[in-house]
Formats: sequence, structure tokens, C-alpha cells
Amino acid sequence: MNRTAEKLAESLLTVSGTTTGIVILLIVFFLFKEGAGFFHHNDVEAGYALCVNGENAVKNLSSGQIKDIFDYETGNWKEVGGADEEIVPFRVSDIINMYQEAELGENYVLLPEKIGETIAKTRGIIAFIPVQYLPESNPEVRVLESKRLNPSDFFMGKDWMPTATPAPQFGLLPLLAGTLWVSLFAIIIALPLGLGVAIYLAELAGERTRNLLKPAIELLAGIPSVVYGFFGLVVLVPFIQKIFDLPVGETAFAGSLILAIMALPTIITVAEDSIRNTPQSIREASLGLGASHWQTICRVIIPYSASGISAAIVLGIGRAVGETMAVLMVTGNAAVIPHTLFEPVRTIPATIAAELGEAPAGGIHSGALFVLGCILFIITAAVSVGAELISKNKYKNI
Amino acid sequence: MLETININFWYGAFHALKDISMKIERNTVTAFIGPSGCGKSTFLRLFNRMNDLIPDTHLTGECLIDGKNIYSKTVDVTGLRKNVGMVFQKPNPFPKTIYDNVAYGLRVDGESNRGLIARRVEESLKSAALWDEVKDKLKKSAFELSGGQQQRLCIARALAISPSVILMDEPASALDPVSTSKIEDLIHTLKRDYTIVIVTHNMQQAARISDRTGFFMLGELIEFNDTKKVFLNPDREETQNYITGRFG
Amino acid sequence: MNKQIRQNIAFTVFRLLSLAVVGILFWILGFITYKGIGVISWQFLTTAPTDGMTAGGIFPAIVGTLCLIAGSAAVAFPLGILSAIYTSEYAGDGKVVRFIRIMTNNLAGIPSIVFGLFGMSLFVNTMGFGDSIIAGSLTLGLLTMPLVIRTTEEALKAIPDTFRQGSYALGASKLQTVSRIVLPAAFPNIITGLILSVGRISGETAPILFTVAAYFLPQLPDSIYSQVMALPYHLYVIAVSGTDLEATRPMAYGTALVLIAIVLIINVSASIIRKKLSKRYA
Repeated sequence: MNRTAEKLAESLLTVSGTTTGIVILLIVFFLFKEGAGFFHHNDVEAGYALCVNGENAVKNLSSGQIKDIFDYETGNWKEVGGADEEIVPFRVSDIINMYQEAELGENYVLLPEKIGETIAKTRGIIAFIPVQYLPESNPEVRVLESKRLNPSDFFMGKDWMPTATPAPQFGLLPLLAGTLWVSLFAIIIALPLGLGVAIYLAELAGERTRNLLKPAIELLAGIPSVVYGFFGLVVLVPFIQKIFDLPVGETAFAGSLILAIMALPTIITVAEDSIRNTPQSIREASLGLGASHWQTICRVIIPYSASGISAAIVLGIGRAVGETMAVLMVTGNAAVIPHTLFEPVRTIPATIAAELGEAPAGGIHSGALFVLGCILFIITAAVSVGAELISKNKYKNI
Repeated sequence: MLETININFWYGAFHALKDISMKIERNTVTAFIGPSGCGKSTFLRLFNRMNDLIPDTHLTGECLIDGKNIYSKTVDVTGLRKNVGMVFQKPNPFPKTIYDNVAYGLRVDGESNRGLIARRVEESLKSAALWDEVKDKLKKSAFELSGGQQQRLCIARALAISPSVILMDEPASALDPVSTSKIEDLIHTLKRDYTIVIVTHNMQQAARISDRTGFFMLGELIEFNDTKKVFLNPDREETQNYITGRFG
Repeated sequence: MNKQIRQNIAFTVFRLLSLAVVGILFWILGFITYKGIGVISWQFLTTAPTDGMTAGGIFPAIVGTLCLIAGSAAVAFPLGILSAIYTSEYAGDGKVVRFIRIMTNNLAGIPSIVFGLFGMSLFVNTMGFGDSIIAGSLTLGLLTMPLVIRTTEEALKAIPDTFRQGSYALGASKLQTVSRIVLPAAFPNIITGLILSVGRISGETAPILFTVAAYFLPQLPDSIYSQVMALPYHLYVIAVSGTDLEATRPMAYGTALVLIAIVLIINVSASIIRKKLSKRYA
């Protein structure tokens, strides 16, 4: 019986361990599966088509061109490789400007026909219409081929307008820029502060001060991010608006400040550990040669623990890049590429949090958010691998 | 009776024990001496198969207790370990009460008779010459004892499951001289009922307490003889050098 | 400048920086407490929000958060602890273990919003749980799993090998050694890790946004398939998207204070338990 219990326990434990591993694989799999789904969508919303006059020379348009046309930013076909002809954007709702309601017949049965007529008689037209209203086999009407979404449009795109019609824009750059701006400035603020505290804790503080400081830092790490966000919103944002005389206080700078506070515990703990791990012998050797404590810290201990400190920086960035709620609440969420720290920005995680609720499951928009999730996953995985490599390389660069 | 026949043992590729054969008689104290890393502890741990816990090790040869090969496939390792008690270099009482420490071996063996457990605990503590010092605080944590008391507790813990052999791996190396001499006295009395094998760094200790002494060097058993002979008139020059060097 | 003076300046700066960090903590805690303490009352803690969430209390959110804590603990604790025992006591250094270790390390770094994405995709949509306690608990459970595994593993690793050897030498089996010696000795640190992970669960917002959290739902949940309100999400909602932000502010301060109080209580009790229990065994 004893044997059986033994075997049972062991298999239970093995199963648990394996389950954990599999679950984690599942997370990755699901994330990337949904993300990959995004690139199977076409650039024009499903269920719709773009039609032009049969004589129009333009064969296809990029998603950016479509957007510019319907935003009236591109006004002439020659700008997109066609003849010199004014572009006339047309949506189904525009049909009532051309026909009486009665002419469209009962339940709009005549609508496709009328649309066909309209397209046939307007040389510069580009019509965005639901597939079910497509005019049947009219030689005067040509449906523009819709293309698969292009990864380079996604990764190099400068516009994030997921709900634009007819061609939603999914350009990563503004989000990536927002994320990096906010995170990097957060680290620039947090690093000197965190490093100073780490040195103080590891080298200077007495037992009693340590016993006060350590729990304070743990507590700082324990405060929920939504509370940080709220604090930022009611304290930092108005403060920044006033001090810098800005139209809005919700800026990249506010996000960086909050993230800096949130990244502090990570930086302090990791850096302190590595400073603490400097062997006593090295410390004593330096002191024994007549160096002051400060000189020893600067010239021996910090270089010695450089890899640990770098790991702290990398992990701090990782923490900042993935942070969602606090950033969502204080950065203003404008999806534009920022030029200064004092503009609203939108980060990748904040985008997911803000938009996933409104994106229908399985649609192009939610697919795009999953791609963002994959990108976050890749960034943070790279961060943890990077931090590990850095700490492994310990003594090489001394 | 313990016997090994042509024992060879490897840690990975490192050949730690080379072709060792020896016989140890019942109710004797046998000491293993030799420089650090000579394999004496590894050899000691063969007798209760503690080396099994180390991954990537490999053994050839036979190791017999009362004529049975303890490395044969049919041997129940836990049963073997109940028969071969072990005392470690540093006292390692469990984070439990004094009583529970001594009762542990019985309980994991499935013993549930409280009266019997209580009797065995008392007997074992008495045999380990600890009873008088702890009888009023059996429910206290074992960590409240001094180092020497902790080590005697570990001996009592080993005695509680009535082994026939007790292995001691430098049992006094972490103790002060007074505690050490208590342990040595204890070993002397335990000899009546048990076969004791002890690894020690301390040559005087080996000379004081053991009947037979084995000298190990670089994984080989250089000499194995009566303790008096080994210390006064060793057959081998290496033994002589080691002993004089250390006594010098 | 003499090196002594330079040292003094540097050390003073470090001391001030440390003070600043403590200052930031007290600033945040003090501010929220100052603004929120007036809102806290028995009624605030025990009634549902009313009047477009400008009055009433946060009771459904507290209940929701408790449900989520219980649910995710049920998911993460058994699996996490068993996995940790497996990796640190049973499995050697084989491929499975290395795989699990790499995976948990990775998992620990994944942003919580990514868990939210995954939870929505798998639990809410694919498995069809909809927005529900079970979907939210599974998501939060996965999120805390690495923390549970890591703290348990560390607790087990801290147990000296001499205990294990001592037990084996007395003829104990592996299961007996693990269950009677290793686990009891590691217990204080395991418990501390679990309590801290509860703290983490109670404050997480991003993973529950799309898996369970309800904007406004005064009824209490009646099954694991119900949606619930949750404290962190409630704070987010009334902080940024209430119908009347000014009127909702006091409610927000109160909610933030309750959240902070929970975190404080959890942190303090974790360290008390660690101290108490380790004394008992030492």
C-alpha cells in the first residue's frame, strides 16, 4: 500500500508539473494563433467591397491610399497612379442624394441597380458598398481587388485608426513609439533614484533602517497599478498641467513619472542583491589599499555588480513596457507619434485594454489587438532572456 | 557482519573508490581515516545506500550485510536503512520536538502504538545518554538543545528503529571537546549492541575508540588492520607517513 | 576636494534618495487615506452603489473581489504548489523540469494585459464561459501561478539537504520525507508566498477587464458563471468613465483606500505569519 501511495503521489506531481508546462505553451499558442488570424484579413472590411468605374485604370489601392481618399486627403486619381480625374468617394448612404426613396423600390430591391447606374455614370467614383448591394454583372462597374493585410503596413504604419471605414488603419509605430517613450523616460527617472537607494540599502543602512526601508519598498511593489493610476490622475496630472502650462496634463511625462515609481521596487531589489553579492574580500582589498568607502563603492563594487545593475535596468524596462492600467489612466491615449514628452501618447498595453472591449471577437480589430499582445509577449520574453544573459555574463567585462 | 568485494564507485567520470574489499565484524567499532577527498565518507555511505540520492553515480562490486548483497534488485532500500542507522557530520535534528525527532523513524515505519513509541523514545534517549538532560522538555523544539545534545539526539533517533549497524560520518567534527568526549564514551557503550563504523578526521579519536582502522587514500584502501597495529606499526609506508605527519 | 568630503556628499545624497522613496510611499498612502477616510463607513462597505455610482457603497465589488481571490486561489495554489514540489523535490534536472522552469520564468514576466487577452480568447470565447467568475478566476490563477511556483520552490530549496538525508537514513520513503519533514519546515515561507499572491490577485485589473468584470452590477453573483464587479476595476471605472466624474470622486477615494488597506493588511499579515511560524519551528 505504501508503494502505491508513493507511486500515486509521484504521478500526481508529475502530472501537475507537466500540466503547468502545457498551460504555458497553450497561452503562447493561443496568443499567436489569434494574432496570426489578423494577417488573414483583407484590408477592406469583411462584407464590403470597393468599386470603381469600368474605365478607371487603377487596379488596386493600398489601405493607406483608401483611407486618404475617404478622408478627402487624396483628391485626384493621378495621385494614386490613375488618370487625371477628380476622385468622388461614395458610400451607400450617399445614394439618397441622387435618387428619391421611391425610386429604390420596396425594401431597396432596386438599390444594386441604382448603384450600378451611379458608378457607370461617374468616371471618378470610388464606391464603398456592402457586398449584398453589389450590382450584378455590370461591365461599367469594376470591383477593386481587396488584398490581404500586409505585415509591413502593420509594422511600419504610422496611423492607428482601427475603426476607420472603409479601410481601418493598423499602424504599429505610434503605439510602439508611445510605449518606448514612456518606458525609457520612466527608467531614466527611476534609475538614479533606484540605484542610490540600492547602494544605501546594501552599503550604508544599519539593520534598523533596513528593516524599515525594505518593507516600505515591498509595499510600494504591492500597491495595485490601478491605485497608482488613480493617484497619477488626481495628483500628478493636474500638477503637470499647471507647472508646464499645458492644455492637458495627461501626457507621456505623467505616464513616465508613475511608471518610474512602479519600476523602483524592481530596480532597487535586483540592484541591491547584486551589490550585496560583491565578495567581502574584494571590498576589503580596496579598503585595505586606503580607498575611502565611497571610492570603493564607485570603483570596485559598482563595476563588480555592473551586470546585476544592468539586469535591474532591463527588468525595470520590462515592468514598465507591460504596465497597463496606470498608463491607461494618465497618458491621455492619443495614438499619435509623440514629439515631446508633454503630449498625450498611447502605449501598446493601454491600447489593448482600451479597445478590446469594443472589438468584436474574431474580427480584424481584435486580431490586431492580439498581434499587439504577441508583440508585448515577445518584448517581455526578450527582456527576461536578456536579463538572464546579462547576469550570467557576470565577470566577463571586468 | 559487513563485507565489500571489489567495490568500485564513480561520481560521473571521477573514479572515487577503487577496488575495495573489506570485512567488518559484528559488535566492533571500525574507524576510517585518511586525507579529505580520499573516499572514506563515500565508502561509508555505501552501506545504507545514501549514495543513491546523488545523481550520475555508478557502482560495481558487491556490498554484503549479513551475507546479503544490499545492492541486489530485490532489496528494499527503506528497509535497509532502518537496519543501518546513520549519524551525520553536523547534527541535523528535524524542525520538530525532541520527542517527535526520536519517534520519527518508528512513525514512518508505520508504527502507531503510542505506548510502544513512548517506550522506544525513552529507551533510545537513555541509550544515547541524553534522557536525563531532556526528560522534562520532550515537547520542546530540538533546536533548543546545544550542538552536542543535538548530536546525541540524532544518535538516539538512529537507535530508536533498532538498527544493527550504525554509520557515523565525522559525528564529532562540529562539536566542542566536552561534547566530543561524551560522544566517544557513548560510542564505547553502544559497541555492546551495535556494529559501528565511523569516519573521522581526528586520528586520536580513531585511536581511542576503534578496534579496527582503515586508512584510505585517493580512493584506495591502503591498509586495514587492528587499530593498535595501524597506529603503532603500520604495514605500509603511506600509512606511517600520514599518521606521523598528523601526530607530528 | 578631499575624498572624505566627497564621500560625505555622496552618502548624504543616497540617504536623501532613500528618504524620498519612503516619502513617495507615504505621500501616496497619506493622500489616499486623507481623502478616502471620510468616505469609509459601514454603509460604504455593505451597500451597492446607487445614483449612477455617485453614492452608496462598494459591497458588490468587495464580494466580487473575494470570489475572484477564492477562485484563482483554487486554480493556482494546488497546481502551483504541486508543480513546485515536483520540480524541486522529484524531478531531477531533466528536460521537463528545465522546460517548466523556463516557462514559469517567462510567464512571470508576461504583462497582465496579455493574460487578459489569452483569458478572453480561451476561457470566454473558445470554451464559452462568457464573462464569468470562472473565466476570471482561471485567468487570474494563471497569472499568479508563476509567483506561487517560484515562492514555493524557494521555500523548499531553503530546507537544508541534511534534513532530507536524516530522514532517508531512518528508512523514510521519499513521500514520507517530503510530507513529514520538508513541507512542514517550508510551510511558513510557502504560506507567506501564497498570501502575497492573494495580494497580487486582489489588485489586478487588466486581466479581469474582459473576462469577468462588470461595469455596474448591484446583484451578488449566484454561480461561477455570473459576472461580478471587482474592486480594482470599479476604481478604474469610477475614476475615468463615470457619468459624473466630480460627484464620483469621493467614491473613488474610498475604493482606493479599501484596496490599499487590503494590500497593507495582506503584506503585514504575511510578515507576521512568517515570523510567528518560523519561530515555532526554529
